[in-house]
Amino acid sequence: MDEEYDAIVLGTGLKECIISGMLSVSGKKVLHIDRNNYYGGESASLTPLEQLYEKFHGPNGKPQPEMGRGRDWNVDLIPKFLMANGSMVKLLIHTGVTRYLEFKSIEASYVCKGGKIYKVPADEMEALATSLMGMFEKRRFKKFLCWVQQFDENKQDTWQGLDPHNNTMQQVYEKFGLDENTADFTGHALALFRDDEHKNQPFLQAVEKIRLYSDSLARYGKSPYLYPLYGLGELPQGFARLSAIYGGTYMLDKAVDEIVIENGKAVGVKCGEEIVKGKQIYCDPSYAKDKVKKTGQVVRAICLLNHPIPNTNDAQSCQIIIPQKQVGRHYDIYISCCSNTNMVTPKGWFLAMVSTTVETANPEAEVLPGLQLLGPITEKFISVSDVFEPTDLGSDSQIFISTSYDATTHFETTCKDVLNLFQRGTTQEFDFTKITHLSLQDNE
Amino acid sequence: MVLLGESAVGKSSLVLRFVKGQFHEYQESTIGAAFLTQTVCLEEATVKFEIWDTAGQERYHSLAPMYYRGSQAAIVVYDITNQESFQKAKNWVKELQRQASPNIVIALAGNKADMANKRVVEYEEANAYAEENALLFMETSAKTSMNVNDVFMAIAKKLPVGPTQGQDSQGTVDMNQPQQQSKGSCCK
Repeated sequence: MDEEYDAIVLGTGLKECIISGMLSVSGKKVLHIDRNNYYGGESASLTPLEQLYEKFHGPNGKPQPEMGRGRDWNVDLIPKFLMANGSMVKLLIHTGVTRYLEFKSIEASYVCKGGKIYKVPADEMEALATSLMGMFEKRRFKKFLCWVQQFDENKQDTWQGLDPHNNTMQQVYEKFGLDENTADFTGHALALFRDDEHKNQPFLQAVEKIRLYSDSLARYGKSPYLYPLYGLGELPQGFARLSAIYGGTYMLDKAVDEIVIENGKAVGVKCGEEIVKGKQIYCDPSYAKDKVKKTGQVVRAICLLNHPIPNTNDAQSCQIIIPQKQVGRHYDIYISCCSNTNMVTPKGWFLAMVSTTVETANPEAEVLPGLQLLGPITEKFISVSDVFEPTDLGSDSQIFISTSYDATTHFETTCKDVLNLFQRGTTQEFDFTKITHLSLQDNE
Repeated sequence: MVLLGESAVGKSSLVLRFVKGQFHEYQESTIGAAFLTQTVCLEEATVKFEIWDTAGQERYHSLAPMYYRGSQAAIVVYDITNQESFQKAKNWVKELQRQASPNIVIALAGNKADMANKRVVEYEEANAYAEENALLFMETSAKTSMNVNDVFMAIAKKLPVGPTQGQDSQGTVDMNQPQQQSKGSCCK
């Protein structure tokens, strides 16, 4: 340990593991430390179930016997899905990390309207049959989707009179004569915006997000989402493995006392009596509390159910979006549900997570509209987490801090933050061609 | 299949001997190895081994559980000239019994059997431990190739017959497939 590392990464959350993998692949000498004795930090999937009870109820918290074998549970703390055509999937494919993991499609996506839930149409047949909108509205909506599909920022003849620099999304909705319900559905259930601000922004971003949704949907059919077997905690482990394969050194269960700074610049980390030297530090906010500021809160309710969510056609996995306007809020409420088919529960059990961005002084009450859709809840664990972001970009201190995980339902912002972190730290874009898969594996 | 054991007991050497028939006296710590594959033919079936390397994550006891989660077989390796490595091997066996699939086939391999003059772990002691825990047991030498093929063959014979067992991977998607043509887009 008396050697000097190019980078010391603190925390094995998903973002830190991806960055660690990218740095190792780029030829940097990486030491990766976590204070916990398990991988994943905030993005771990807790297992066995006893670990979840202990985390929320202390050492005396125990699951009920009918909940089956504890180790059959893998409980995510932060609910997210992968967009099948999104940046996390691209990152997994480019890095070859796909080979350590297996994924399944989430069975269906639902949206809440007027207290009832409707399946988000996954193909044309479903679109024609949906009762989400009336017959004439459907035609207008179809015209709108065609325009989205063929829109090209660089080809003015595809704009159909709408200027991506001047026209807002609201103006697009108006041009196609879409009513407020359809706009609500489009902005929240397809473009996956968390609030309504996008309506007053230039429409380009919204169009790109709708395309991400439809391209993702086109990939595997049932829904645009993928989810790894055994839970999201597999993702950080997969990227940590990538890092290790390229020479990264791993130390779990190692307390980090402080980041050692000389002349305003990080020079290593102090662990007990020893100081490990490193030229750069990459970490999650919990390892650099004096260098981050709180920007908000997310409330998440983990619910154990012994039945599928009602009105989802007994889906073994699904997502339900409650658009903000439906419940008089600023931010949407998200429900995600997985089960034995995803290897996260024993047979007959379901894990549902209700989450949203906190906007009142009573966060627990904010998830209520979501909880009410779940039917009887056997057990419920509610957490309110602060969201932090770094106070500076790290170029002076050489301490590069990731932002906390937000309430979005997918990994697009996560990937963006990681690529940004890499760019800040190395002053280069990540070069995917560096991954050569040189391994022994190519032995014919 | 996974190989477990303390650093420098010869995990990679065993695999290299088995898959490529090679041995390097000064095999470096494993860097850059993801996994190796080797197919063996038994009378009744063909077994394709996909052998994963720990990639050095065991060094500070920081091996990710995903590494052995889906595996159907494991070889836990120790060095017969190193008592501590035998202790560590026992810990790995415990870990596998706790975390891995309940049907996993575990073999215990006492490696570096060519260095019998420096032996500190007695054959009888290890054999008794293996019997207690229902493990396959052999002493091996990646250097002379003693028992190397045998230990893999013994595992192959003990694996359940049939298509890939273990986890239920029905309905998983293959991300590496090129994107499916989206059928019937709305503009047709």
